[in-house]
This record gives sequence, structure tokens and C-alpha cells, in this order.
Amino acid sequence: MKALDLKLLRELWRLRMQMLSITLVVATGIMSVMTMRGTYDSLILAQQNYYAQTRFADLWVSLVRAPLAVATRLGKVAGVDVVDTRVSFLATLDLPGVDMPAQGRFVSLPSHDRPVLNDIVIRQGRYITPGLSSEVIINEKFAQARHLGPGDSVKVILNGLARSLDIVGIANSPEHSYAVAPGSLLPEDERYGVFWMNRESLGPAFDMEGAFNEAVFRLSPNANADAVLKVIDKILTPYGGLGSYLRKDQLSHQILDNELAEIRVMGTVIPAIFLGVAVFLLHLVLGRLIATQRDEIAALKAFGYRNREVGRHFLLFAMTAVIAGALIGAIGGIVLGTHLIKLYAQYFDIPDLQYHVAPYLLLLAVTVTLAGACTGAMAAVREAVNLPPAEAIRPPVPLSFKPGPLERLGLGSVLPASGRMILRNMERRPLQALLSAVGIALSVAILVTGMFMFDSINYMVDLQFRVIQREDISLVFKQDMPDSVHFDLAHLEGVTTVETYRQVPARLHKGHREETTAVIGQQAGARLRRIIDSDGREVPLPMQGMVISALLAKRLGVSPGELLKVEWLAGKKGFVDVRVSAIVKDFIGVAAYLDQQTLGRLTGEPVLVSGAYLSVAEASKEALYAHLKQIPGVAGVASPQSMLASFEREMTQSLLLASSFLLGFASVIAVGVIYNGARISLSERGHELASLRVMGFHRREVAVLLLGEQAIITALSIPLGCVMGYLLARSIAANIETDTFRIAFVTEAHTYLFAALVVVAAALASGLAVRRRLDHIDLIDVLKSRE
Amino acid sequence: MIEQSSADVYPDTRVLRVRKLCKSYRMGETIVHALKNVDLDLNQGELLVLLGASGSGKSTLLNILGGLDVPTSGQVYYRDQELSHMNDRQLTDYRRLHVGFVFQFYNLISSLTARENVALVTDISSDPLSPEEALDLVGLSDRLDHFPSQLSGGEQQRVAIARAIAKRPHLLLCDEPTGALDVDTGKRVLAVLNEVNQVMGTTTAIITHNAAVGALGDVVLHMSSGEILKRICNPVRAPVASIVW
Repeated sequence: MKALDLKLLRELWRLRMQMLSITLVVATGIMSVMTMRGTYDSLILAQQNYYAQTRFADLWVSLVRAPLAVATRLGKVAGVDVVDTRVSFLATLDLPGVDMPAQGRFVSLPSHDRPVLNDIVIRQGRYITPGLSSEVIINEKFAQARHLGPGDSVKVILNGLARSLDIVGIANSPEHSYAVAPGSLLPEDERYGVFWMNRESLGPAFDMEGAFNEAVFRLSPNANADAVLKVIDKILTPYGGLGSYLRKDQLSHQILDNELAEIRVMGTVIPAIFLGVAVFLLHLVLGRLIATQRDEIAALKAFGYRNREVGRHFLLFAMTAVIAGALIGAIGGIVLGTHLIKLYAQYFDIPDLQYHVAPYLLLLAVTVTLAGACTGAMAAVREAVNLPPAEAIRPPVPLSFKPGPLERLGLGSVLPASGRMILRNMERRPLQALLSAVGIALSVAILVTGMFMFDSINYMVDLQFRVIQREDISLVFKQDMPDSVHFDLAHLEGVTTVETYRQVPARLHKGHREETTAVIGQQAGARLRRIIDSDGREVPLPMQGMVISALLAKRLGVSPGELLKVEWLAGKKGFVDVRVSAIVKDFIGVAAYLDQQTLGRLTGEPVLVSGAYLSVAEASKEALYAHLKQIPGVAGVASPQSMLASFEREMTQSLLLASSFLLGFASVIAVGVIYNGARISLSERGHELASLRVMGFHRREVAVLLLGEQAIITALSIPLGCVMGYLLARSIAANIETDTFRIAFVTEAHTYLFAALVVVAAALASGLAVRRRLDHIDLIDVLKSRE
Repeated sequence: MIEQSSADVYPDTRVLRVRKLCKSYRMGETIVHALKNVDLDLNQGELLVLLGASGSGKSTLLNILGGLDVPTSGQVYYRDQELSHMNDRQLTDYRRLHVGFVFQFYNLISSLTARENVALVTDISSDPLSPEEALDLVGLSDRLDHFPSQLSGGEQQRVAIARAIAKRPHLLLCDEPTGALDVDTGKRVLAVLNEVNQVMGTTTAIITHNAAVGALGDVVLHMSSGEILKRICNPVRAPVASIVW
């Protein structure tokens, strides 16, 4: 081994703590790319495979009842490649130990073959046997929540008839990966399941022999989807068609797509910050590290080493950190990614979801880091090799200082000499101080950006479940009921308030733009459900006009006062013009609201009711639930409290997980910047500080001089980081805008406080580590050595 | 203060007493005996010159006298206080209260002006000269607000001396104070040290390998291989101007 290589090894060892912290930042950067971006890639791949495997449909339509012959007509529509029909109904489940009524979505399966479209993936057990009417397959989440498996049986009430069904298999389907009961906003797996049954037994149970009430389609590659929708809706009008919709409006797909979009945004922003910081740190640290070795470089040159050889020696420093970091990052990324994918697998039900990372990703991350490291090192090496070798033997020239602008403003006179030292050191290299502050600020920003999601979600959940949904129970009816149901409900024991609503699917037109949505008819003066905007303010519902979601208004390009053409997709169908009276900035779902009476008038029907909101006396709840289970007309019962409870359970888990990730990541960055900054200051100014110790300064006093600069930089970086985090979070919130939800941009004080505390803790830890080193400084060396 | 309270107990004028001082340290496989049974007394107001080649032990001796290093065996007393048993904190206080150092390479703080470099020490002293007075003593009243980078080597060393004497130390320790300077500048610096010793009565020890400087001292110690070879007392100290090297 050459002497120069030996020197490299020794220096690496001597500077091991510094190298380690740089390596960790590089590793974190690469790990975050591998984990977050890798997870995204894996999910996309698994989603595509899943859809291909199950022959996931492009288009859906529900209707009241159509004979099977109609399917042939549907299949002939231009742009339709394949059509498949089925029978699908909601039924009440009789589950032991569940007070609230539980529902099952019953979907038919062909007896002799697999479905042409929307197949299921068996996770456990087997497919149904033709001819055995009691066999059923249930979805995996429900099975897990209820601890059910093949061999168990469930009691259900199919169209008023109690039956016991034998579970033969557990399955998943991309159609039901996000299984939400009617009237509910969030999945409650304990009391909502999907049941796949033999069509021969499900059909007769609901009077659907030789008929269907759902059709799914695969479109040909060049199909004009919007045209197909219209033709299908037209064909199905006589059969009670409820409006066809595309895959992009299918709930499970929508949720998964939204989640993927979110992962993509976070998986791009956060790794980019990490890589940026890693590159910056390498640049900064290696630059200063090399600058402290100027004498050695001069000496090497005096011995006759070429600039290239000296340059290579120092570049190897950079390479060692990057390569070691890449190795740790790649391994860590695969481990973390695999774990993260397992979590997603639990959440999304995608079978065979496996962590898979494209080699280009690692290559790209390593190349970017390496390039950053090398440019940083090169700049310093170039500066150092350009010095004449005589530098090594010349007496030391003190660094040039002059009072900076802050001092000229008068700050100098109030500061003690030590304060002026700190100030001048920072003012001498303002760019370096600024960049260090930006580096630390980025770790604050990462924490704020990561944590704001929880603030937003908490705010939204709070608004949704405590301000908007003030009912104790909401009911959805199987079909629209006459207005008089209001009185029947009011007479149920324990019910103190009843408010009803009507929901009609509709297509809203404005010029050439159109959007399909639900028009909700609300009771005038309703108190249990009001229209609330994102600031928590109530938007009054006028007698005449329509209130629509801001996203809907944006897509349609409509402003208050303008007219919309509304096409009813159910009931008597037909078109009416309605004036938009207000726009509500909401964040869950999209909807259009009308007064209930007005809705009745506009649809040309009597006032009908699709569901109701109830206030119930606490003591009567159980009895009421038991009673509701017996009413066949009730399709769904939801309670905001129980939704909130199940949601908060999940939230707490993901909050803990995300905060520990972010905490670790941000600490690595903060420690990387602060520790290295202080260590380099120590090597640059060790001589000076040791002189002070010789003169009788105590360790603490000297430590203040050294760490004061880092403390000021950290103090400056915290507000800077909060502002950066605020802006970053706001742009992320603005980028997440989908039909199912928008993100309310809310950041709580405790998020900033948490971010600041993490960084202060990292700064203290770094300071203590450097302080220990400072305490062991060799005073005698100072007397003899030049700087 | 220690000086006053101990005046009755130690009526003698000895500032430093060194007895059987040994210092050895390990350098790789070998043990280096840097000091071997050194005895030394330094009286109030005396100027001691330590002469010797590199490795003779003079710096090790000065470091121990200044509380920068601890002996392997033997005793060192500063008046009635035994330095050899002090911990780091006590040694720091000893340096802070009683000792002024002048280094070969000045060791000024480059981010502070001449005045501020001196103030750095006066800020932590109980009865210091003002930085201006101290700088005036070394002939630098017109360079108060210059940064080290704006001063010549000799001027920097004089700032270092001003910084060392500003706290009115009882002991001024100078390690090769002229080592990095040319002859004329070196003489100027020696003249300042001589003046401080005579005007302020500061007990002073100067390390040098320049034998001619010996003529300046009350006591001259020749050191070699960790031992004092020769001790010369000058009844009359030579003026700085007469020294030639």
C-alpha cells in the first residue's frame, strides 16, 4: 500500500465520527429515495398486476332490474370490448356481539366459471362449488376483523329471509379493497363485509332470475369513454339505470389512486430534500475539511506530488463517504421498504404486494450524491493545490477580519469580546453560516411537512365528525321512501330529532364541461347536518339555488349566480336549469346541495327520502339498534362516533410510525450539519481556543466561544425552517386535490414546537460530543505549534 | 487573596519553589525522561532565563511552572500552594489569576483587534490594567483597533505581551518569545519584557535557545537532557541594547 493511501486510511479513522455523520446523511438520503420512491414504484406495479389478474373493469353501472337479454345489447355498444353482468345487493348481517346493525354487500359469482370481469383473488380456502347454495366467500378484512375463516358460518337476512351461510373461502378484490358501508365515510370492517355467492342462489333470493342489476365493462383501447357512458345510460333508462361511471370514479380505485398520488408527492419531495442536504453537507464538510489540511497539501506538493495525485487523495474521502452511505442506504432502504410495503399490504389488500426497486433508482441516487460530493471536494482541493508549496514553511498569517455590518450598526459595542469573536467568525463567512442554517432549517422543514398531515387530518376529522355530522345515527334506505317515514322514525323509542335527506345521482353540465355527482336535498333549517366550509363556517342553503363543492365549481368553471344544467340520472330523468347560489370549500367528497322541497319540484317527483339523521337518547341506543336490524328497508346504519373511534385508532398508529421515521431522518440531518460544523470549527480554531485555555479560560467559557456560533445558527435556522416547512406543506396540501378528499392546510403550534425541539435536542447532542473533544485538547501543543 | 493571607506564613520572597521535579512520558515504546530531579527557586521580581537546546527540558519545565502540565514526581509550589496536586479546574484558576503567557507564535485571536485581544483577558481578571494602558506599555497606543492581520510580527508579539501583563500577573512565562522574529524586532520585544519586569516587578521566566539573551536575566539556567547543568547569577543585568546575536 502506498504511503498516501495509508494516510487516507488513517485520516478516515481519525475523522471517523465526522465521516460517520456524513455517511449517515448520505445513507438517509439514499434510503429515503429507495424507501419512498421504491414503495411507490412497487405499489404501482402491484396495482397493475392486480388489475390485470382480476380483469378489473373500466366502467360500472347499477340499475334496478334488467333481463339478461339487455346485456347482449350493451355488448354491442361501440367502444365496449367485454360486458359482464351480476346481481348485487345489500343485506343485514346478524353478528353476535355487534349492537349496531351490520351490513353485507352480496355479489354474485358465476357458478361454473370465473367472472369475465372483476374476478376475485382467493387468499384462503376455495372457490364456490356449483349447485351448493349455502356457500359463500368473504372479503379478507371482514374475515380478519370478525375472526372468521373457512368452515365458519354466518347468519344473514337475505331479502327478509334468515339464512345461515357456510364460509368456504376468503378473497380480495380491487373493487372492494376500500370497503365502505352505505352512508359511511370510512371503512368499518367489523360491521361491513363483502360476500360473494353463487348467482344461482343469490339471484332467486332477490327475484333476479334471468336478470341483473349491475353490469361491468371493459372498453376497447380507442373507445370514447364519455360517449359509451351516454349510450349505456340511454339503453338502461327503462330498466332504472342509476348512471354509469368510469374506473376513475370507482371508490376503491379512487382511494388507492389518491393514496398513490400522495405517496408520489411525498416520495419526491422528501427524498429530494434529503439528497439535497446530503450533497450540500458533503460539499460543505469536505470543503472545510480539506481547507484545514492546507499545510499537508503544500507539503505533499513540496515533495513533488502532482496536483492530480493530491486531488485524487482527497476525492477518495468524498467517495468513501458516498459509497459507504450508498451501501448502508441501499440495505436500509430495502429493509425499510419491505416493512413499509407490508404495512401498505395490510391497508390496501393488494395480493402479492412485494417491495421491488428498480436498479435505476439506486444508480440515480448514488450518481447525484457522488456528483455533489465530488464537486464540493474538487472546489476545495483546487483551491488548496493552487497554493505554492512554500505555504507550509511560512510563518502563519492571521486570518483577515474586519467589523461586519451588524457591528457597524452598533451591536459590537454592547457585546463582550467573546460575543464579538462569534459574530465576526460568522460575518467573515456569511455564506457558510447561511448554508448551515439552511441545512438545519431543512430538517425542521421535513418535520413540519411530515407532521402537518396529521394536523390537517385531525382538523378535518374534527370538523367532519364534531361540526358537520352532529347526528348520533345516520340511516340509508334501500330505496327512496315517502316523506311520511319521517314520522315513523320520530316515533321510534329514544329518537329525539329526525332530519331526512334525498340523494339523486346527476350529471351537471356547464357549456361543454360535465361532472357526475350526487345532488343532496337537505331539509330546510336542518341542524344535524349543515353545509360547513373548510373554515368551519356554515353556508346557508337557500330555498332556490344550489350550493356546490368548490372542486366541482372549479372543474365546471362555474361561479355563484351562473346557471348549471342538471341532468337527473335516476327517477324521472330529464334536464333542468339551476342557479348556483354559493360555493362551499369542503374537503371530503364532492356534492351539490338543494333544498329538499326544491329537489322534489325539480325532479318532478313527490318529496322522497333516501336516508335520515337521528339524534338518539344514549340509554335507548342499544334497543334502537336492535330494532333497526329488523327493519328490511334500512340498508345502512352509521354512527359518527364509531367511525371516529375506528379512525382515531388507525391514525394514532400511523402517527407514531411516521413521527419516528421523520424524527430519525431529521435528526440525522441536524446532527450532520451541527456536529460537522462544530467539529470543523474546532479544527480550524482549536489553536485559538487552546490559547484561551492556557490563558486561564475555563472549559465552559471556551466551549461557549466554539459552540456559540452553532447555537446562533441553530437559533436562526428554526424560524427559517418553520417558514420553509409552512410553505412546503402548503404546496403539498394544494397538490393533493381529489374527488374523495382535499387536504385542509392546517398546521398546529405543537408541530412547529416538536420540530424545533427535535432540532434543539440534536444540536445539544452534537454540542456535547464536540465539547468532550474540546475538553481533551492538548494545551502544550499550542505553545509549540504554529497554526 | 492568596498573596496577602500567606504573607505572614511565608515571609520569604520565593514565588516558585521546585523540588526533585521529574517528568517522564511514554513516546511509543520508549520512556522519555524530560526532567530529572530539578530543583529551582524563583524570587519575587526576578528575571529568569532558561537556556538549552531543543529537547533539553526547558519547555517541559515552563509548562509545569505555568500549570499546563503535571509532574510525574516531585513538588512545585507557587507561594504556599502545591501545583503538583491540583486538578484541572484549580490549574485553570491558577493560570487565570496568577500567570501570563507569551508564546512563540503570538497566538492572538485573529477575529479580535489588539485592544479586544487584551480585553479578552482583562474581562476575566479582578484588578487588571486597562487594555489601553497595557498596549501603551508595549508602545502600541496607536495600533489599538488593528486586527492581527494588520500588524507586523513584532507588533503581534507585543500585543501578546500586553495581553499577558494586562491582568498584572505575578508570573510571566515566555516560551521563545523572539523565536519567530528578526533581530531588531526581537530586541524590541525583549526590551518590552525587560521593562515590564522592572517597572511592574513581575517575576518573569524566558525560554530561549539564544545564549546572548542570558545577559538580561538575574538568573540564567543552562539545561540539557532534563537537568540543570549550570546556574549563573548576574549581579548586574545587561541593557537590551548591548545584546548582540
